[in-house]
Amino acid sequence: MDLTQRDLRRKQLLVTCILGAVLFGAGWLFLPVLSEKILLGAVILLLTGTLFFSNDTGRYICKRVLLAILTVLIIAAITFFSMNAIPGGPFSKEKAPSAAVQAVLEERFHLNEPVGKQFLLYLEGLMQGNFGISTKTGREISTTIFDSFAISAKLGGYAALLAVVLGLVFGSIAALNRGKAADRIIIFFTTLFVAVPSFIMATLLLLVFCLQLNWFPIFSTSNQSYVLPVIALMLSPMSYITRLTKTSMLDVLGQDYIRTARAKGVKQVLVIFKHALKNALIPVITYVGPMTAYILTGSMVVESVFTTGGLGTKFVQGISNRDYPMIMGTTIFLATLMVTMTLISDLIYKIVDPRISFD
Amino acid sequence: MSTESNSQKNVPLLQVKNLHTSFYTDAGEVKAVNGISYNLDAGKVLGIVGESGSGKSVSAYSLMQILTDTGRVTEGEVLFKGENILKYNSKQMQSFRGSRISMIFQDPMTCLNPVFSVGSQLREAIRIHTDRNREETQARALEMLQLVGVNEPEKRLKQYPHELSGGMRQRVMIAMALACEPDILIADEPTTALDVTIQAQILELMQSLQKKLGMAIIMITHDLGVIADMCDEIIVMYAGKVCERGTADEIFYNPRHEYTKGLIRSIPRITEQHEKLVPIAGSPVDLLNLPKGCAFASRCDHAMKICLTQQPEEVQVNDSHIAACWNNVRQMMEEENRGGASK
Repeated sequence: MDLTQRDLRRKQLLVTCILGAVLFGAGWLFLPVLSEKILLGAVILLLTGTLFFSNDTGRYICKRVLLAILTVLIIAAITFFSMNAIPGGPFSKEKAPSAAVQAVLEERFHLNEPVGKQFLLYLEGLMQGNFGISTKTGREISTTIFDSFAISAKLGGYAALLAVVLGLVFGSIAALNRGKAADRIIIFFTTLFVAVPSFIMATLLLLVFCLQLNWFPIFSTSNQSYVLPVIALMLSPMSYITRLTKTSMLDVLGQDYIRTARAKGVKQVLVIFKHALKNALIPVITYVGPMTAYILTGSMVVESVFTTGGLGTKFVQGISNRDYPMIMGTTIFLATLMVTMTLISDLIYKIVDPRISFD
Repeated sequence: MSTESNSQKNVPLLQVKNLHTSFYTDAGEVKAVNGISYNLDAGKVLGIVGESGSGKSVSAYSLMQILTDTGRVTEGEVLFKGENILKYNSKQMQSFRGSRISMIFQDPMTCLNPVFSVGSQLREAIRIHTDRNREETQARALEMLQLVGVNEPEKRLKQYPHELSGGMRQRVMIAMALACEPDILIADEPTTALDVTIQAQILELMQSLQKKLGMAIIMITHDLGVIADMCDEIIVMYAGKVCERGTADEIFYNPRHEYTKGLIRSIPRITEQHEKLVPIAGSPVDLLNLPKGCAFASRCDHAMKICLTQQPEEVQVNDSHIAACWNNVRQMMEEENRGGASK
């Protein structure tokens, strides 16, 4: 039984490898640009990988990466067509340029083509790593994204880190002091922070700490202080993590294996931070992945209030300018980031909880 | 009863004296254990029997001091080799738990930590109480798994609890509990959550390990049948009190407490197919408001006036047999009278 299965598997593998090689060869001859050839190769490798890896995790990763590519493509298509479905375009303004100029511009950005053709042209560019140029500024979209993402990432990195660390600490404190003053205070403030929308929190922070107390300069790209935007970004996710950790910790502390650990003579500190916390982390991880992506890409509102010039700001500007390549570029970038973070958090999930199987 | 008169050598391994444990809940003080006393000698097996809520598990948690936050030992002494372990501070207690007295629990499915491998949990137990190095710890873990009859022990060490069956997990629990050669193993309903065939295997394993390693066992169960041929002494508990205490034979063939009699009637017997099972009517007593008299009186078919108003005292039936039941007192008086009349 075992042997015949292995034989069957060998045959399957052989067939997929040959098919993959043939496809890749055909693609290599047919596709004109090197980056497209490499992309095709990667997809074929992933496809064979879903069958090739004997280990579940390897297969799972291949499958997930393929699905992620598909997800991003679908998001790109939806964005592209809905964006074009709205009347007007990048060059329809109050002071419209002359018809001749408009025609030239439309020609340049392929706006005179049918929408379907436009999308294909965009995808072709994308596969060559070309996000296009902004209809507003004429700058490369990719440079704009990377420059502004650097700001967003720094801001978001601090915020995400603080949110996770403080959330875990406060959550554990609240759980261990259930019903006591510390717990009540923590739960009061976290409820408040979850309930208050971030744009109100951001404005409030600006008002109190910049204008009234003069502790921080009002944020600008020239005089950078990350303190307030980081706080504004972090408060709500931190509060959410705190509440999540508390509930999950309380649940875990009542479990039988905690009693076993105590009966074994494990120190109280280790009972909580080794035996309980690792279990309590499991639900928190599910939330942390997407949260990190969300924070990293910069909450649009907070970035607008603090005028940080991050990715969120660029996204909002892109939409109000009807800057098609900018909207597409930021959307695809954010989607990719989100999908990657979710994948990473799912993989961490597996490391923390051995009960999870990928098949 | 007085320990002073005994020479040091005759001190029992474990003496529990008048132990009281309460839980302080929003509804009030729940008196789970109300003055139980017993002795346990080295290498002996003591059975504690009672239905759910009779305080048998809580009395064991009180010994180990692993009660939940709301629970507290309010009175009494627990002497281990003559030393009151209730006076230990938390650090002393940590090194005591798992090394001198170990415990295994009811549901092996939930008692092992799901996110650590079997090996890591076993090694942890060994590392806490001994100063073996890495290889020695690993070797000891392997040795323990072999001892409790786990097949492919090397592979099992790397596996996680969810990859093992219930019986395997209980074996792992036993291995973990015995890894540091404790003097006493407390088994809190170790077979309740297992299949009947596995139950028998686990009980057999515990018996053989007890002979091999010579530790004493406190066997807590609600199933008299389970412990019948294992225990040297049996305590029957009801509402946190000892109803009756005696050797297995005395409890089975000469029960003196009405509750014990009820328990024995409710054991299914294969030999007597036509006999109907007799359950004990009613439900356990409310531990928030214990009655003034005998806690069992409201469910007892033979309750007398005195049962409702006065707590029954523990009366010695013979040297090893004690019962706390007014009916027993009456029975003994009648026997005495009859004896007197016939003279």
